[in-house]
Amino acid sequence: MDLYEYQAKTLFDAHEVPVTAGEVCVTPDAAHEVARKIGGPVVVKAQVKTGGRGKAGGVKLADTPEDAQARATDILGMDIKGHTVHRVLVTEATDIAEEYYVSFLLDRANRAFLAMASVEGGVEIEEVAATRPEALALVRVDAIDGVDVAKARDIVDQAGFPANIRDEVTNVLVRLWDVLVKEDATLVEVNPLVLTTDGRVLALDGKVTLDDNAHYRHASHADLVDREGTDPIELRAKELELNYVKLDGEVGVVGNGAGLVMSTLDVVAYAGEPFGGIRPANFLDIGGGASAEIMANGLDIVLNDPDVYAVFVNVFGGITACDAVANGIVQAVEMLAAKGEPITKPIVCRIDGNNAEEGRQILTDFGHPLVEMVETMDDAARRVAELAAAGRDGSAS
Amino acid sequence: MTIWLDADSRILVQGMTGSEGTKHTRRMVASGAQIVAGVTPGKGGQEVDGIPVFGDVREAVVATGANVSVVFVPPRFAQAAVEEAVDAEIPLCVVITEGIPVHDTAKFFQYAQNAGTTRIIGPNCPGIISPGQSNAGIIPADITGPGPIGLVSKSGTLTYQMMYELNDIGFSTAVGIGGDPIIGTTHIDCLAAFEADPATEAIVMIGEIGGDAEERAAAFIAENVTKPVVGYVAGFTAPEGKTMGHAGAIVSGSAGTAAAKKDALEAVGVKVGQTPSETARLMRALLRG
Repeated sequence: MDLYEYQAKTLFDAHEVPVTAGEVCVTPDAAHEVARKIGGPVVVKAQVKTGGRGKAGGVKLADTPEDAQARATDILGMDIKGHTVHRVLVTEATDIAEEYYVSFLLDRANRAFLAMASVEGGVEIEEVAATRPEALALVRVDAIDGVDVAKARDIVDQAGFPANIRDEVTNVLVRLWDVLVKEDATLVEVNPLVLTTDGRVLALDGKVTLDDNAHYRHASHADLVDREGTDPIELRAKELELNYVKLDGEVGVVGNGAGLVMSTLDVVAYAGEPFGGIRPANFLDIGGGASAEIMANGLDIVLNDPDVYAVFVNVFGGITACDAVANGIVQAVEMLAAKGEPITKPIVCRIDGNNAEEGRQILTDFGHPLVEMVETMDDAARRVAELAAAGRDGSAS
Repeated sequence: MTIWLDADSRILVQGMTGSEGTKHTRRMVASGAQIVAGVTPGKGGQEVDGIPVFGDVREAVVATGANVSVVFVPPRFAQAAVEEAVDAEIPLCVVITEGIPVHDTAKFFQYAQNAGTTRIIGPNCPGIISPGQSNAGIIPADITGPGPIGLVSKSGTLTYQMMYELNDIGFSTAVGIGGDPIIGTTHIDCLAAFEADPATEAIVMIGEIGGDAEERAAAFIAENVTKPVVGYVAGFTAPEGKTMGHAGAIVSGSAGTAAAKKDALEAVGVKVGQTPSETARLMRALLRG
């Protein structure tokens, strides 16, 4: 889970990474109040999970509380690269002498962590890495040893920070590592870390990605979930504990196993090309040993998506054999009918693997007019694309 | 021959007394694997289907000569369980558990590296099977029999799908390496082992979005693999910034895309199928041609 800047800075503050004073606001009036409390010039910053908000006009300086209120009025509701601004961070304005960059992140390739630091901050770090790699220090961090003062000093020296702020930056790094470890983050980034004209070293912006697998040991992280910024179908799927991602196509996809479902999305997209660009409407993995109830929940979610014109159920019967999977599909369709929500969109099923013949026979015997069976994944994808195209074109005319 | 797991492998199951542990222990036994012990802290002295349960791994190893551990414990106990297997110097530790915090995985992986005694497969993986010989994990044993193909995959169900499509030819060993951001055994480790295994004639490599393991595997193939390799990559339609089921399956900015992985593999002469079925056809043609 990626956090907003204000959430990242709250975590920074909790672990004593120095940040500027500020508060998040959802109304212009609140911005006025926060600016008054801070006293003096403030910066009003759009809270969106995308880069380039400054260029888009989402970051403005305000000298007075009235000014802050006016800037908040401008920024709230803005669209920045498809993200609607629901909140602004109102924070103390600082006089910047220098801008730096520091981060810790998971290093998948080396199966460890990585520290990145540069005295050339405030710009896209990817650009620094590409054009002036010598200006970016990359230091491996051992997962067991972590970052103590000596290690932080090493990073500071490799990045070439000036001697007069060596201790301050070392301190920031030790505390930032604390955020990474204690909050179970996979990324903590400060860009820019600034030296102010009055000699303070502060995190002016922050980016944090939390590990979803670790939520069980951080009760407070539940409050950080961004409900406004999440697709409503994704929220509902999450409540049902389904592994679902909303996409922009017309074919609902239900399958077992993340790899097989990703593969199904691709196969649907290829098969959909000749039908005017039919594409998958979602990713939904119901897991290896899914029960009829999970299948029913999955079908319910996908069939209730107004973008969906046809559904592809693609299951490989491994741990759960195909006859059990077929029974699950039949029960799921019957459960939905019993709930007063009988299916109205065609469902193409491809089940393969152990006891495939028995499974197919069960679906054939079921004989539901909207449930079709196709033997191979590629043929099933073509059929579901055809049905989705017919549904889409039918509703358009 | 096979890689890492054969008829002589003596398997212990960490978390055997839990529901998943018991269920899959029975499946492994039914497939002919030698399951010699279970380990659950505090439950030493019990039995599951006549298999003795021990309180810790070292005790189980001393009593039974186990040389493979399969871990089914819940995420919050996984780090301690793996480190215990490393302390007992178990040569192969297969971590099936899904949902382990990546900081924990990073630590137990480093712990195993420092000890130098234990290969870890997984976590969040279906395990490893050498059909007709042994089975450590949850891969269904009745899909295919022994044969000349070696398989390495990040995905469980795509592993099963590929084994099914090629079940008339058969497999030496299939390894599900797992879909987490940090995994103990990589595509490259498997490619190297298959290259050295006389029973493996050709290799299927299945990848997916996220990270650059497939790109690095491609570079490794160019330098080190003489046996034919056929590839498949899932996730061409995955949007940027969304985790697709597996914790590690995420395109970040322009990094980790399926297209980049496919291009890297094709650039070193690996034939990459557009669908799993096409990939199986490529392998079939290669072995028959």
